[in-house]
Amino acid sequence: MIDSTVLQVVLPELILAIGAIALLMVGVFMKNGEAAGRVVSWLAVGLLIVVGIAVFEQGGSATVFNGAFVSDSFTRFLKIVILVGAALTLLMTFDNFTRAKLLLFEYPVLVLLATLGMLMMVSANDLISLYLGLELQSLALYVVAAFSRDDVRSSEAGLKYFVLGALSSGMLLYGASILYGVTGSTSYVSIASAAGLPEMATNVGLTFGLVFVLVGIAFKVAAVPFHMWTPDVYQGSPTPVTAFFAGAPKIAAMALLLRFTQAAMPTAAPQWQQIVIFLSIASMALGAFAAIGQTNIKRLLAYSSIGHVGFALVGLAANSADGTSGVLIYLAIYVAMTLGAFACVLSMRRGDRYVESISDLAGLARSDLTFATILAILMFSFAGIPPLAGFWAKWYVFLPAIKAGLYPLSVIGMVSSVISAFYYLRIVKVMFFDEPAEAFSPREGRTSAVMALSAFFATVFVLPFVGGAIVDAATAAASVLVSAHPL
Amino acid sequence: MSNILSVTIFLPLIGAVLIATQNAEAKGNARWIALWTTLITFAVSLLIWINFDSSSAGFQFVEEYNWLGPLKYKMGVDGISMLFVILTTFLMPLCILASWQSVQIRVKEYMIAFLILETMMLGVFCALDIVLFYLFFEGGLIPMFIIIGVWGGKRRVYASFKFFLYTLLGSVLMLLAMMAMYWHAGTTDIPTLLQTKFPPEMQWWLWVAFFASFAVKMPMWPVHTWLPDAHVEAPTAGSVILAGILLKMGGYGFLRFSLPMFPNASADLAPFVFTLSIVAIVYTSLVALVQEDMKKLIAYSSVAHMGYVTMGIFSATQQGVDGAIFQMLSHGIVSSALFLCVGVIYDRMHTREIAAYGGLVERMPKYAFAFMVFTMANVGLPGTSGFIGEFLTLLAAFKANTWVAIIATTGVILSASYALYLYRRVIFGALEKANLKSILDLSPREVAILAPLILLTIFYGVYPSPVLDVTATSVKNLVENYHSAQATAAASLTTRGYQ
Repeated sequence: MIDSTVLQVVLPELILAIGAIALLMVGVFMKNGEAAGRVVSWLAVGLLIVVGIAVFEQGGSATVFNGAFVSDSFTRFLKIVILVGAALTLLMTFDNFTRAKLLLFEYPVLVLLATLGMLMMVSANDLISLYLGLELQSLALYVVAAFSRDDVRSSEAGLKYFVLGALSSGMLLYGASILYGVTGSTSYVSIASAAGLPEMATNVGLTFGLVFVLVGIAFKVAAVPFHMWTPDVYQGSPTPVTAFFAGAPKIAAMALLLRFTQAAMPTAAPQWQQIVIFLSIASMALGAFAAIGQTNIKRLLAYSSIGHVGFALVGLAANSADGTSGVLIYLAIYVAMTLGAFACVLSMRRGDRYVESISDLAGLARSDLTFATILAILMFSFAGIPPLAGFWAKWYVFLPAIKAGLYPLSVIGMVSSVISAFYYLRIVKVMFFDEPAEAFSPREGRTSAVMALSAFFATVFVLPFVGGAIVDAATAAASVLVSAHPL
Repeated sequence: MSNILSVTIFLPLIGAVLIATQNAEAKGNARWIALWTTLITFAVSLLIWINFDSSSAGFQFVEEYNWLGPLKYKMGVDGISMLFVILTTFLMPLCILASWQSVQIRVKEYMIAFLILETMMLGVFCALDIVLFYLFFEGGLIPMFIIIGVWGGKRRVYASFKFFLYTLLGSVLMLLAMMAMYWHAGTTDIPTLLQTKFPPEMQWWLWVAFFASFAVKMPMWPVHTWLPDAHVEAPTAGSVILAGILLKMGGYGFLRFSLPMFPNASADLAPFVFTLSIVAIVYTSLVALVQEDMKKLIAYSSVAHMGYVTMGIFSATQQGVDGAIFQMLSHGIVSSALFLCVGVIYDRMHTREIAAYGGLVERMPKYAFAFMVFTMANVGLPGTSGFIGEFLTLLAAFKANTWVAIIATTGVILSASYALYLYRRVIFGALEKANLKSILDLSPREVAILAPLILLTIFYGVYPSPVLDVTATSVKNLVENYHSAQATAAASLTTRGYQ
């Protein structure tokens, strides 16, 4: 018998699960394919909003299902970010999918299921629930990557994502099983206490398990050297799907990483810090250099997202409450800007044809100044130029790193941010300095709204009641995670 | 009155928003709104100057509000920053006027970029919180990047990228240093940090990081190479702002951060700065001698003149620092005027090549007169503002290190050579080129731009006290603190030696 407090804790996930199945039914029983897609998509957006409200209305901290599922201000912060990301990407889908004849009801349902998996990942406090959430998310994502069935690239993207994703899940599972073998439990709390015993300090099995789990998660967040799938999947998937990939799933995987390292492995911090520092440096450097040569804007954004994961990991490397809140702030800002950037990519259309090449943006400032200004703001923000939001993201992750004395990491990070500024500037250059190419077709309302919102957010983050509110929420969220499991 | 600094800083931004609402076809509207905004801003900033109490060494017109977390929105001016604010607001209307005819494409965006840039520059000089300072310091890169890149010359893309990335690379290291200062002192408040004693080893690192940023901005040899490119490619008004104000941010940074916050490191590294300064003075003067392009020549001469500034600042004496500030203000007026002069003939002939001109005095007597005044000021002729700064800094350098002063003085001779050589080739000689025969003298608009600059150049050359009075008390305070920090460090070394 499940009592009502448990139901309250898992209410958002419950609503989402039941809602997704109900929408599947709605889709199946509607005759007209495209109408079904449209209706189900709108209902899915509505459902995500309802779930968001349910998450928002929760309070306090609670652990249910024998400690496997946790809900606190840390999970609420990330869930809100994920839900906003998922809802806005669904909103941007309509126009593109209608033209591509892909507006099918399966898509929103798959997105809902993936989102459900992400919410589970954020709340996971046990290796089993971690894996369940991760797989629910991944399986749905494999399918949406290949959603454009007749497109070779899309199918390739789906297959690639599936093969590498399955490999990483396997590694994660292997690591989890070693951890279970060594500590005798799958619960984070028990693992933490078992790993804290003096005789475990030099246990090789523990280190092995830790490394394998970290490798598995590193695949999901696309940190170098486990990033190889990202550019191809980003380029091959239909653009609205890429927009979804770049945002919410990364947040969920980072949430896993944050909670796993700090809640299950607090005593192994010296070990995982080394790994995180390496992942961070490698991602920042590769993100900075590899994007320079790209001509396709989706590929460029893929490398840029790899770099941004590296920056977010700087906060984790600091291993402190400040560092965790820095990562949370970074993720929130990153999602907001990524959504805007992909809304811009989705607006690059000439007639019925979507274009993806950077040179297609040439002279955009002459034909559509608003569009060009918005994209320029986002690019400057990505580059971390103050007073835009991207600067604050970097400020809040490097500040704890400096406190922790991670000077080489900070200097390398800052230098790679300057190198990456080069390719962000190049986009601004193409739009503002170059001779105009053929103008784009008129923008679609919903996509324009998303990109305007994103640029607006990037600009006004500097105001105390916007940035301050987010920083306060992130600080509260991080303190819950760290105080529940003192380092 | 209590928010007068914020009003001054954000007035241009309001103007920019206003222009943004205008129709893109109405070029006149954008120009007039920009002109009036900058004029009103200038008027308001004069109010600040009038009410400024020059007998006080502290910060005045201070405003403080809570911002993000521990960061504060805090503004204020003292004797060091006061005149830079005036210089900025004074040059802006001239820039707008100078672009009246020469900018015909995308006027609206141009004016918006300039007004945003003005807000950023004013913010740099008024910010009393290091993060706020950094925000304005870096934020100014965006409009300047656009200005060079959109309205610049042939190699504008290269120049704008070089400008942006060079400056950014210097600045991010400063950002890390600021974070370290925050963790050490527990605050980002500049007045508090000025009182904080950083341990000597930490000072070294912080000093180097700040130096990386300000040396690029200044620019000092050998990181000056972005400047000639940026100057040559920028539109006239862009060059004016670059030379007149953006370069001064480096000097201001040294005075606001390096010298007072890291006095021991500054003392240790002063010989290093002196070396770079005299290399800048001599080497870039020689480079200026062989330039074919007028703007490039003036750009190199700017680097040489900034050499005097760094030399004066790190001599850490009253004369040196006063002279450095005076030199920056004078250079802000004179080099801006020289760029405007180049702009005048560029607008007519569309070339900056020195060889394309000659004998202009026959057709453009008024222009020849104006150009002469600024050339003389650039040389540092007594009676012009250029003289006072050079003289004071050389005096201070002489006290600090005779050899530095001797080598630096050769720069005065060299500057006379390149400046007069330029003047002779452009203005004098026979008017042989056919296309120059019909060139027109200064229009009333151009006279209106250049006349105030001529007056100021001569006025401050003859009567520098208005400037020196404002700076004196703050500089005295700065120099005294600097020397007491040296004394403390020496004393602690002695006691350690006895133990």
